[in-house]
Amino acid sequence: MNAAVADFHTYKLIGAGLAAMGMIGAGIGLGVLFGNYLQAAIRNPAGAASQQTMLFLGMALTETMGLFAFVVSLLILFGV
Amino acid sequence: MTQQPAIQPMEQFLIHKVVELPTVHIGGLAIDPSITNSVLSMIVGAIILIAFFALTARREIVPNRGQALAESLYNIVDRVLVGPIIGHGGKPYVPYILALFLIILVLNLMSVVFAIFNLAGMDFAFAVTSQLAITGTLAVLTFFSVFILGFIKHGPKFLSLFWVPGMGIFGGAAMVVIEMISYFVRPVTLALRLFGNMLGGHVVMSLFGSFVVALGILALSGGVATLAFVPSALSFTLIVGLTGLELVVAILQAFVFAALATVYLNEVVNFGHGH
Repeated sequence: MNAAVADFHTYKLIGAGLAAMGMIGAGIGLGVLFGNYLQAAIRNPAGAASQQTMLFLGMALTETMGLFAFVVSLLILFGV
Repeated sequence: MTQQPAIQPMEQFLIHKVVELPTVHIGGLAIDPSITNSVLSMIVGAIILIAFFALTARREIVPNRGQALAESLYNIVDRVLVGPIIGHGGKPYVPYILALFLIILVLNLMSVVFAIFNLAGMDFAFAVTSQLAITGTLAVLTFFSVFILGFIKHGPKFLSLFWVPGMGIFGGAAMVVIEMISYFVRPVTLALRLFGNMLGGHVVMSLFGSFVVALGILALSGGVATLAFVPSALSFTLIVGLTGLELVVAILQAFVFAALATVYLNEVVNFGHGH
C-alpha cells in the first residue's frame, strides 16, 4: 500500500467519523421530544394516550435527520 | 493495517443465491429468476402472514387468543391510525395500510427473532428491510400511489397543495419551490428511515456479537488475557438488552411507516378542508 492510498484510507475513516457527528443533533432532538412528552404526560395523564401516535411520528421525523448522517457515513466508508 | 481477522458487520447483508434457476429471456431483457436469500425470506414472511390469518380469522363474538391477536393487529391500523388521522373517508385505504404494516412487521421481526437460523446456514431470516431496494420500492409505491390518487380525486386542483396562501405572488412562488422539495423528499425519507434503523440495529448486534466471540477466544489463551472474559460477558449482557431493543424498533418502525403513509393519505383524502 503506497502512501497516497494509505492517506486516502485514513481520511476516509476520519470523514466517516465526522459525518456520523450529525447524529448528535438527532440525539438532542429525541431527548427534547421525549422529555417534553413526559413532562406534558405527567401534568395531564388523561390526555397522554391520545398523543402517543403523534409522539412516534415526531420521533420518526427527528430520527430521520440522524439517519441521514448515518447513511452518509456508511456511504463514505463502503461506497466511495 | 493489523493482521487480526477483521470484524465484518456488513457481511450479513450480502445477497446470495439459494436456489439457482436458468436465466429467462423476455424480449431483450435477461431476467435471473434465481431465489436469493432475500426472496426466500420474503416468501417465508408471506407464508407466515397468510397462515396466521388463515388459522386465526374467525367470527366468534368471544375471541380466542389467536383471534384476539389478529383483531388487535387490525385495530392498530383501523382504530389507532386511520380512524383518528383520516376519519370516515379513510375506510377504503385500511387494507393497503394494513398490508404495508403487516409485511414490514413480519419481515422486521423475522430478521431479529429467527436470526439464529442464519448462522446455521438456513437463510430464511435475512434482514430484508435493511435493503434500500426493498424499502425504496415500498416507499415509492406508497408515495406515488398517494400522489396519483390525489390527481384522480381532485384533478389539477390538487397542485394547489404546493401553494401557501397569504404570502403574495413572489413569496408564494418561492414557497412553491420549498414545498415541492419537502414534498418530493418524502419517499426518500420514508425509505431511508426503515433502511437505516434496521441496518444500524443489525450492525450493532453483529458488532457486539463478534466482541463476545473475539474476547472469549482471547481469554482462552490464558495468563493475563483471562481478564478478557469480563468485557466478553459484559458484551453478552448488552446483546441480550440490544435484542430486546431491536424487537421494539422492529415493531415501532413498521408502525411508523404505516403511520406516515396514513398521514400522506390524509392530505389527499381530506384535501381542501384540513388546513
